[in-house]
Amino acid sequence: MDKLIQGRAYVLGDKVDTDQIIPANYLVYDPSKPEERKLFGRYALCGVPPEGAGLPDGGVPFVEEGAESSEYRIVVGGRNFGCGSSREHAPLALAEAGITVVVAESYARIFYRNSVNGGYLVPAECAERLVEQVRTGDELRVDLAAGTLENLTRGTTHKLLPLGAVVGILEAGDIFKYAGSVGMLG
Amino acid sequence: MGSTMTEQILARHAGRDSVRAGETIWIDVDILMTHDVCGPGTIGVFKEHFGDAARVWDRHKVVLIPDHYIFTADEHANRNVRTLREFAAEQDLPYFYDVGTERYKGVCHIALPEEGHTRPGEVLLGTDSHTCTAGAFGEFATGIGNTEAGFVMGTGKLWVKVPETMRFEFEGELPPYLMAKDLILAVIGDIGTEGATYRAMEFVGEGISGLTIEDRMTLCNMVIEAGGKNGVVQPDEVTFDYVRRRTAKSGTKADFEPVYDTADGGYVHVSSYDMSRLEPMVARPHSPDNKSCVSEVAGTRLDRAYIGSCTGGKVSDFQAAARILAGREVRIDTFIVPATTEVAAALDTERLNGQTLREVFEGAGCRVGQASCAACLGGPIDTFGRLNEPLACISATNRNFPGRMGHKDAGVYLASPLTVAASALTGHITDPRDMLG
Ligand code: SF4
Repeated sequence: MDKLIQGRAYVLGDKVDTDQIIPANYLVYDPSKPEERKLFGRYALCGVPPEGAGLPDGGVPFVEEGAESSEYRIVVGGRNFGCGSSREHAPLALAEAGITVVVAESYARIFYRNSVNGGYLVPAECAERLVEQVRTGDELRVDLAAGTLENLTRGTTHKLLPLGAVVGILEAGDIFKYAGSVGMLG
Repeated sequence: MGSTMTEQILARHAGRDSVRAGETIWIDVDILMTHDVCGPGTIGVFKEHFGDAARVWDRHKVVLIPDHYIFTADEHANRNVRTLREFAAEQDLPYFYDVGTERYKGVCHIALPEEGHTRPGEVLLGTDSHTCTAGAFGEFATGIGNTEAGFVMGTGKLWVKVPETMRFEFEGELPPYLMAKDLILAVIGDIGTEGATYRAMEFVGEGISGLTIEDRMTLCNMVIEAGGKNGVVQPDEVTFDYVRRRTAKSGTKADFEPVYDTADGGYVHVSSYDMSRLEPMVARPHSPDNKSCVSEVAGTRLDRAYIGSCTGGKVSDFQAAARILAGREVRIDTFIVPATTEVAAALDTERLNGQTLREVFEGAGCRVGQASCAACLGGPIDTFGRLNEPLACISATNRNFPGRMGHKDAGVYLASPLTVAASALTGHITDPRDMLG
């Protein structure tokens, strides 16, 4: 896992569910086929209603029409990020679009597990409500070792919560690498 | 100090005498279920990590149930079912319910118990968030992702964090105008869509003992809508009777070891409900916790009604709807989608006043579809009942986030099959008590 991630922020509100992250009609693609896997990046976050897409103004596309990945690097979300279905296509779509870290106030359980076990992205938590303090397009630097998020555009620093029990899996890369490293896979 | 049901099941599957909420443990899995949407990805992960020639950890414990995108011309969707078919053949899996054969079932969470794959005291994992439905049988059941499922396929194991337990007590008897759907919408409305995140939701009390197994399934089905890890109902004769009949019929494993809550305290939350005082409920767009009593939103104009899914597409759901629709005519497009082929067959055998349920629905002007998930999750554009326009729909399904049933700007109201049926007759949200006479 990269411990230092810098890039522009894309800000979303509360309860961004998996149907908004990747709508169900795109689930027909098979992520284990590389040419189909790429498509998830193109459609990432395309189900977010316009008023919630890129806060505070809204109406900001996450992925430009025809592009395969996003120019944003860090997603900032509110409460219960990734609620809804168990589809792993959700963190996968964000990862394919170029996201390596999401910073939200809280996560739905399956999205959190999928992000970690599949090694797609780091689901970081911040006790503060960042959604109202960060604007889409702000330049952010996330330092996972120090547990901080710096807003370089605004000159503010916010503390992240410790990663907790999953840090071993995040550091190993995914659940397979972790299980291998602790001798579970023989 | 005793333990909750969830703690006892997890302890047993971790080879331990006891475990406590908050611990991270590795557990042995009894059943792994996957379907056409997540199966191909799961199989891909399994092969990537265990090799092309690898065998699943136990062929009697892997259940493949195509159900999501079945009756569609979408070539990728059809290809995904073929991927399951090839894998089932290659691994010689006895429990594959293939499309286009007599074995085809439909919605996985209803198919699992019908085919004898749910048993008290066991651990069931599935690549679908509503896998929690099986908690109705007194087991630990929860949804996982493809990577985790690929890992389980090869090892039969997974890590879990032992959840804290929230306890919901129901007293009294369910009045004829209420269904389990109203109870769970009331609970979700009270605790919110993240009220149970990382937690187990245990349903107890004489009100729960009085519920049918199908109603218990509806309750546990929607715990994920409150963020819950699993839902669980203490097993009793109703459970044992169902499980014995089903395992005997399918020839699946018949022995099981039930657990009962001995914790007697230590729950993170306790609340109680008197069923006789609850009202019919709806969840307004666009969140399952956006709760109102039907009486508060009665008269809201609708374009469509939908009865189906793992939440509202079981035999008892259609019996309830038929009580309202019999001898009347719907005012708006009304879609009826049986969850499984067994439920579909019951539409032709179950009768009300001499008519079959199918005759009641067709006589009322409803359109009856084939067993599958259909428009519950939108799906390909040609899916039966899909909201392809920004319509207002009242639905017996479980989720109403933006775009869930197809169109981003459609507004979905979640309600019980009784309330959906009553509303279909008038074209606006209607209290079932007005139609039950
Ligand atoms: S019926 Fe709906 S909620 Fe149930 S498994 Fe199918 S898509 Fe999911």
